[in-house]
Amino acid sequence: MLISDLDRNALKAHLSGQGLRFRTGPFGVSLRTSIPAIARHIEKLYPHSEALDNDAFIDFHITTNPVSGLRRWLKPQVVFSFDGYKPFKPLPLAQATAAFEWGLNWCIASISHQYLIIHSAVVEKDGLGLMLPGSPGSGKSTLCAALTHSGWRLLSDEMALLSVTDGMIYPVPRPVSLKNQSIQIIKAFAAEAQFGDRVAGTTKGDIEHMYVPEENALQASMGIHAKYLVFPHYQSGCETEVAPLSKGRASMSLIENAFNFNILGHQGFEMISDLVDSLECHDFTYPDLQQALDGIEQITSAKP
Amino acid sequence: MKPVLLIEFLRSRGAGELTKIDTQSYPWELLIRQSRRANLISRVALFLREAGILDDIPTRPRQHFVNALCIAKANARAINWEVRDLYQILRGQNIDFILLKGSAYIWSENSAARGRLFSDVDIMVRKPSLEDAERVLVHSGWMGSTLNSYDQRYYRQWMHEIPPLQHLKRQTTLDLHHSIIPPVSYPDFPAEKLWQLAIPAEDMPGLFVLSHIDMVLHSATHLFHEGEFDQGLRDLSDLDLMIREYILDSVLWEELLARAVELGLELPLYYALNYTQKILDTPVPEQILQKAAQQRSRGHLPDRLLDSLFLAAFVPDHETCRVRGRRVARFLLFIRSHWIKMPWYLLFPHLIRKGWLRLQGENSH
Repeated sequence: MLISDLDRNALKAHLSGQGLRFRTGPFGVSLRTSIPAIARHIEKLYPHSEALDNDAFIDFHITTNPVSGLRRWLKPQVVFSFDGYKPFKPLPLAQATAAFEWGLNWCIASISHQYLIIHSAVVEKDGLGLMLPGSPGSGKSTLCAALTHSGWRLLSDEMALLSVTDGMIYPVPRPVSLKNQSIQIIKAFAAEAQFGDRVAGTTKGDIEHMYVPEENALQASMGIHAKYLVFPHYQSGCETEVAPLSKGRASMSLIENAFNFNILGHQGFEMISDLVDSLECHDFTYPDLQQALDGIEQITSAKP
Repeated sequence: MKPVLLIEFLRSRGAGELTKIDTQSYPWELLIRQSRRANLISRVALFLREAGILDDIPTRPRQHFVNALCIAKANARAINWEVRDLYQILRGQNIDFILLKGSAYIWSENSAARGRLFSDVDIMVRKPSLEDAERVLVHSGWMGSTLNSYDQRYYRQWMHEIPPLQHLKRQTTLDLHHSIIPPVSYPDFPAEKLWQLAIPAEDMPGLFVLSHIDMVLHSATHLFHEGEFDQGLRDLSDLDLMIREYILDSVLWEELLARAVELGLELPLYYALNYTQKILDTPVPEQILQKAAQQRSRGHLPDRLLDSLFLAAFVPDHETCRVRGRRVARFLLFIRSHWIKMPWYLLFPHLIRKGWLRLQGENSH
């Protein structure tokens, strides 16, 4: 059964009762919340997630509720709790959906050491993976969102889950988080794209989460081998430039972008080395989305 | 009180009965949730591996235990690295130091190191070296935290440690002690006696850990004096493991009792023996427990009240094992720890100030 098979009342009853149990990527999540915005968010952006029954194993028990007490009336806030542990300070209630998404990212990154987890968007076409690591502002999410509307399938806009056991990257396709100007750019690029509620004024600016239809995402159980590694750098008004990146530099950049490199230690180092050995690595500077897509096309269609 | 799965698990491990677990029907998800909340998941994972049943656990729950083992290994690696770094810094100034608590367990690879998770490094120097140690550490990247002047004074006047230091790049927290108990509550604590029996590290002159018995006494003092029960069950499990490892013959039991008298730590020792025995089934002989009870001075609160407070406080703070009054119990124990720590004319202004700050939503101790 999928989340879309639940009617709105059943969905709300689960969320405000024992918890809505669903699968996202390889993970089982139980979510409890009394906040209507999160219920809408789940209904609209997670319809193809499998709803789990009571016997299924849950990896993350999450609660995202308003902060109680006097502050509730003065300055309503939301707090994310991972089974009683609160890794973040409360956020304004209006940012509840962002708190949920960030909190779930945090759970995955701090628990799931069966993967080396790299801060990177990952998409796939014809069985070949493209990794787009990048710091905020590099344009990785924008590019990733546009690629999912251009024949590529999404694994994640945020984290590459590189399996410790088989070295493959596994999908955890969730809504793509777009910020500030990117939102307009993608709405102009793909008129059919669906979005959740706008979350204004977060520490990262304004955010909207883009819905990724089932056919634009890779099935959760399918691992892929990455073939291309592209570090995007958005720079307004520049010339498009594709520069090959040495294996050494690429390794160092991946290590910097790995959430749990310190946890995996020696094994993590071996994994990065093996990964980079199989990748074509590029630095990629571009001035706008269309040039970015052309550049990616050029990189991924070139014969080695 | 309803039995708590995690506590039952720890007890049956103590009894050597983990092998009897039916790995297919055991409520693993619940054990994972409770043990993660109590910061004991890595230790639970290690116990499962030692009992030889880790591989029989269904894949999804097993993965959480495997990940927890991975975290413990990384934690130990990081702590040992920090210790070597501190050694380089302090050795340069000929400052001797003793590793305390988690870092000592990890460094000496004792039983309480098993699956021990923590982020702070605790070390002790002799009081006369304290200023030099702080200065050289600050010069080497261990920065004083940005505490306000009130908190600074609180630490420096009354406590057995200076305000926590934090490494500029690695964010590790370092607690620099000159004693193991606050001078405000125990002005003449003979810290020098700890140095006399401290065990030197191999090939690293100037680096020590406490003697086995002192390690147990310090662990007991820390747990029952400081009033922080967030990690109470983990600390109690440390005590259980060390008692089982170090002190299981009659001569050592007597030595432990005598040492507690010598250091004036009879009360925390009694609590440690009483509650490890009550909660984790630690094999403390009945006559030893009685002697420990006799040699302590009585506390302010009647034993039965304290019993109910402690038993509630050691229950993990998880929604599946909430006991009524756990919050109140932890709060009262927090007050009690301050009560035995400082005289009332210092305590009341301190608590009022902390309470006010808490209302305003600031961090507090």
